[in-house]
Amino acid sequence: MDFFFQLFSDPVGFWNSHTLLIAQIGINGILATSMFVVLFSGQLSLAAPGFMAVGAYTSVLMGLYWHTPLAFGIAAGTVLAGVLGILVGLPVLRLRGVFLAIATIGFVEALRLGVILNLPITGEGLGLKNPSADPLGGINLILVSFVVVVFVAWRLSKGRLGHAWAAIRQDEIAALSQGIHVARYKMIAFVLSAVMAGFAGGLEAHLNFFVDPGDTQYGVTRAVQILTFAVLGGSGFVLGPVVGALFVTLLPWIFAAAGPYINIVSGAFLIAIIVFRPQGIVGRGGLAVIRPSWWPRARASAPSTG
Amino acid sequence: MDQQLLNAIFIGSIYALFAVGYTLVFGVLDILNLAHSAVFMLGAAVTYSLVMNHGQSFWVACILGIAVSGFMGLVIEHVCLRPLRRRQAPPIAALISTIGLALIIVAAIEQGQPGQFFAWLWVDGPNSVAFPSGTIPNPTWHVGDLTLEASKVAIIPISIVLMLVLGYGIRYTQVGRGLRAVAENPRAARLMGLDVDRMISLTLVISSALGGLAGILFGVALGDISPYIGRDNVEVRGLAVIVLGGMGSIPGAVVGGYLLGLIEVAALVTLGSNARGGVAFAALFLMLILRPQGLFGAQLRERI
Repeated sequence: MDFFFQLFSDPVGFWNSHTLLIAQIGINGILATSMFVVLFSGQLSLAAPGFMAVGAYTSVLMGLYWHTPLAFGIAAGTVLAGVLGILVGLPVLRLRGVFLAIATIGFVEALRLGVILNLPITGEGLGLKNPSADPLGGINLILVSFVVVVFVAWRLSKGRLGHAWAAIRQDEIAALSQGIHVARYKMIAFVLSAVMAGFAGGLEAHLNFFVDPGDTQYGVTRAVQILTFAVLGGSGFVLGPVVGALFVTLLPWIFAAAGPYINIVSGAFLIAIIVFRPQGIVGRGGLAVIRPSWWPRARASAPSTG
Repeated sequence: MDQQLLNAIFIGSIYALFAVGYTLVFGVLDILNLAHSAVFMLGAAVTYSLVMNHGQSFWVACILGIAVSGFMGLVIEHVCLRPLRRRQAPPIAALISTIGLALIIVAAIEQGQPGQFFAWLWVDGPNSVAFPSGTIPNPTWHVGDLTLEASKVAIIPISIVLMLVLGYGIRYTQVGRGLRAVAENPRAARLMGLDVDRMISLTLVISSALGGLAGILFGVALGDISPYIGRDNVEVRGLAVIVLGGMGSIPGAVVGGYLLGLIEVAALVTLGSNARGGVAFAALFLMLILRPQGLFGAQLRERI
């Protein structure tokens, strides 16, 4: 609880002592927004860690070998992630639901286990040292990009594009029959999400002096974590996944009192949230409370005709 | 080379046994049960703990390990799935709730250290342990230049018999017909007087018991029991297996398991150990793109 107390009593000290945490929340927020974009268009894609890896390795390697400035490296990583997004999206976007999720998991793990862990230039399993990292200096850049990314996703989801995505999410065939170019709009969402993930990966790689190709960084575990941000927060609104990212990133601090049993408490809490609010933390409707059969029911309202 | 081929069949049997449970739940509920790999680990951990810390005989421990795994199936159903079904939540919500349960199971084993709260369950913390030689009967034969260990050889008949029994049960018995009816259309099954919730509970119990058994076989044969064996060895490979064979198809999961074992061992022999995982996932990716319904899946239907 000291943690939250400090946030209010001493914000400057909080900022100084938890800069890395705040930066991580910003990056997770960008990743959650990238997940939001694909979920909002009805695609369960778990490809984000693959694109993150592309963004991260590209930006770090460019800095290492060509000594390019940071911004240039991150931009190159972002563009490359977008290009890869098109290449992966072309075959993969014909799949739906769980099949798309598994295909993207295949992409992520094939990239990590098959390519990154086998190429000498990426340092194979040992990871890559990144002497140009600046853990504390990047915080402003991260927060500004976080706000920009969320704003862009919010505007897009409210505009023409967003309506097309929502239509595809609700019923792909109906959307097609209304003249919406389903394949094109799905591709736009997928590539946009890839670009955001690549960007976040590039930023994240410069928080640390070491790029670690582990499962929790660029593997399935990370993909599942990003999915948890979005589903827990609620994927109907832009702010949902961001709130989910904030919440999941802070779980170790919220439940600091649980000590070594932190994961047990967090797991129970995840289940409780999703059971009582299946639509996510941010979303319409109240708590879905389990009502025992003997509990008096609220009087039923007139049956809906919609 | 022959030894490698045998290894492929051993590991393939474990993948198949694990994936049969995975695919059973997916076939009936259209939900990926991400706690399945945690149940796999729990089966192995409980068996080891019963033998080494509670002084039970190996066979009693196996049966109890499978029983505990089956009971976890009930927990999954009552904690993670049924409340969400009641609220007509999207299937993606069940993904998160089963992840939560997997987190709890793995953390409970991880925190099992002497003197800690979970010491009754497990005392080796996050370490990897193996049954010391001699605690379980494990005769070894040498045929030609092959080494046959009973713990590994036994996996093959166990898996095949279990999968045949399951396949027969699903196809020809009354309960199996009920399961297939629920898988086809839960609402119509309910109208025909089937207790859908009970069928789903049964599915999860069978699936989790098979998962736990796969974990026990894995732990005994490979001498590697730790809180992370599920996550590291079968969680994502199980997905690959059910995709290779066709989602929801039991024969598909069996063939997919052996196929994945063969692919991995072939990659190991020709390309080295680093490429093993990458090749498996590349195969998964290609399979989904070229033939999304898998080897044995029916043509994917458009739902209109």
